[in-house]
Amino acid sequence: MDKAERQNWFSQLINTYGLPRLIITGFLLFLFIMAPITGSDLPTQFTNVFNRFSWNAVLVLAMVPMIHSGCGLNFGIPLGVLAGLLGGTLAIEMGFTGPMSFVVAILMATPFAILFGGGYGALLNRIKGGEMMVATYVGFSAVSFMCIMWLMIPYKNPSIVMAYTGVGLRNVFALDKFYANVLSDFLKIDLNPIGINLVIPTGSLLFIALLAVGIWAFFHTKTGTAMTAVGSNPAFARASGINVDRVRMLSVILSTWLGAVGVLVYQQGFGFAQLYTAPYNLTMPAVAAILIGGASVNKASIGNVIIGTILFQGLVTMTPTVITALIHTDVSEVIRIIVSNGMVVYALTRKTEGAK
Amino acid sequence: MKMKKNFNGFDFLQNNLVPLMFIIICVICYPLSGFSPSYLLNEIVTRMGRNIFLILSLLIPIMAGMGLNFGMTLGAMAGQIALIFVTDWQIWGIPGVVLAMLLSIPLSALLGLMCGKLMNMAKGREMILGYMVNYFVTGLYQLVVLFLMGSIIPIIHASVRLPRGFGIRTTVNLSNMRQCLDNQWAILYKGVKIPILTFVIIGLLCLFIIWFRRTKLGQDMRAVGQDMDVARAAGINVDRTRIISIIISTVLAGFGQIIYLQNIGNFPTCTAHSQIGMFCIAALLVGGASVEKASIGNVFLGVILFHTMFIVAPKAGGAITGNAMIGEYFRVFVSYGVITLALIMYEIKKRRARSQGGQLLAQAQKEGGVQA
Repeated sequence: MDKAERQNWFSQLINTYGLPRLIITGFLLFLFIMAPITGSDLPTQFTNVFNRFSWNAVLVLAMVPMIHSGCGLNFGIPLGVLAGLLGGTLAIEMGFTGPMSFVVAILMATPFAILFGGGYGALLNRIKGGEMMVATYVGFSAVSFMCIMWLMIPYKNPSIVMAYTGVGLRNVFALDKFYANVLSDFLKIDLNPIGINLVIPTGSLLFIALLAVGIWAFFHTKTGTAMTAVGSNPAFARASGINVDRVRMLSVILSTWLGAVGVLVYQQGFGFAQLYTAPYNLTMPAVAAILIGGASVNKASIGNVIIGTILFQGLVTMTPTVITALIHTDVSEVIRIIVSNGMVVYALTRKTEGAK
Repeated sequence: MKMKKNFNGFDFLQNNLVPLMFIIICVICYPLSGFSPSYLLNEIVTRMGRNIFLILSLLIPIMAGMGLNFGMTLGAMAGQIALIFVTDWQIWGIPGVVLAMLLSIPLSALLGLMCGKLMNMAKGREMILGYMVNYFVTGLYQLVVLFLMGSIIPIIHASVRLPRGFGIRTTVNLSNMRQCLDNQWAILYKGVKIPILTFVIIGLLCLFIIWFRRTKLGQDMRAVGQDMDVARAAGINVDRTRIISIIISTVLAGFGQIIYLQNIGNFPTCTAHSQIGMFCIAALLVGGASVEKASIGNVFLGVILFHTMFIVAPKAGGAITGNAMIGEYFRVFVSYGVITLALIMYEIKKRRARSQGGQLLAQAQKEGGVQA
């Protein structure tokens, strides 16, 4: 009896929590336990995880509105990223420096995000049910189109254009003079003076909290509730007088704008801006993170974002140090590929009630 | 005759938009690139021999209604693993190619089985699933190639192994196998090398596909592709049929990748397969195929148009803008753009058909309701 009950409890845990997520959480716990044994410093590891979390959380948050309104996983996040990159480069081009450049970058990115998101949303409204595949390729096309644009737009600022010819933007440029660490240095908690290698980027975390609370509050307004209704049952939503297409469009614009802000936050943490094909590489980590956090193709919450980003980034930062120390081989990259993509495959094969 | 009478210019334009666009791009770019006709022709013939087999492997899943098989990359990976073994055993020339093909079959079939099973769990989302599965399996492939080969799976020769003792070197050298199929019976005509044997193999595959369509299994696949529920009602084992179509496609893609790599003569171990799916699918779509309909003719036209664009675009882009990188990015943009366009048109068409079906059903119910 007792055994059966325990088995029941276990299968329930698997059902609600998901087997892959259980494995990943277990693996991460194992890594944290092994870290001191293999001789790596635990506070340093925590610092890395905090940092990585603060870089990526907003990009993961950008998944939420679209999943909520039933548009599926936002594989089109490169569009938002491109809007953010345009905003950032334009702010620098206009000569802003320091924290002001970050504010201007977000302001400049906003109209692009609305424009891209609007077009993208209108497109997705015409292809309901096939969003994810099209979104992937819309993202790819947009990134490769912008590759041409980065070369053609007449930027002039010498710190961002190519060194020799002066035509076209550089692949990578440092943001030290501009918005590098503007958030993370704000109210930073640094325990290095008392001998602990722990640094907490308070400013970034506060900014993320602000956005997360904003999104949470938005979902409790009338429009936000309508969005949830559209996501869970479009037919019912239409019957109750909600303009489904408009709500979906709004969610796409919101996702795109969050993507734009997300990449700026990522850059301020990372300290460098990467152009050209770099936006390709930001999609999968974000998608995988929210799925690991417990979201499905048509359901996501702020909690999923936070848990997912910590788990995924924890995995990314911990495996290189711990596993390399354990078996003297760097398999971390391969583990990252298998885990993140395996998670997406798992999520896609789940039966979802809202699937059309 | 009836077809001609009902010829509708707008419909024709809509259905052939992509090939027409490509013909225009090629016609504009060719003079700007400054290539001689024989050079261009030679390049195109080489690339036809190299790519057509791979692209043909996409046809059968389309017939079974599973869309563009982004999972064909799995077959390519199986082919590469087989080639690594053959290189290590130093079996060269045509015997090496044949042995690699034989070795790739069980691996491809296994991966195809997995992919097919997963696709059956995600009906209606096959394409995005196939696309993600290939990234997932890339991880497994790298695990095998970089960590298990040499440490668990025996690799004999140091020329293949990494100096650290396990794992495969960044590039696998196939120089002893290079173009062994293409040079067999090759004809040189006015500076254009025609690889007869490769074309014979491609011809055999075309015959196989034509024959396969007429078999019981082929007919079942078409039925499944048209309507799964109807096919199930007719007693067809839908899931099994779909899995078989993916397995055939994966095995053929494995052969295709071996033919492709023997032409090139070496391959980067970890990344050789990563762009294959994208380029093959783009080429097929350029030939006028869509997500639910593709023929052998589409494959040939697609390869010619797509690769003409691919050859002339960088040079032409450089000539127009003075920056060769722009042409480089342009051809990538066009490849992605074509796939995007085809996917959008497919989804819009599907949705329109569905709403028409709904209207018909509603009308029928209304009429039926009056009678009742």
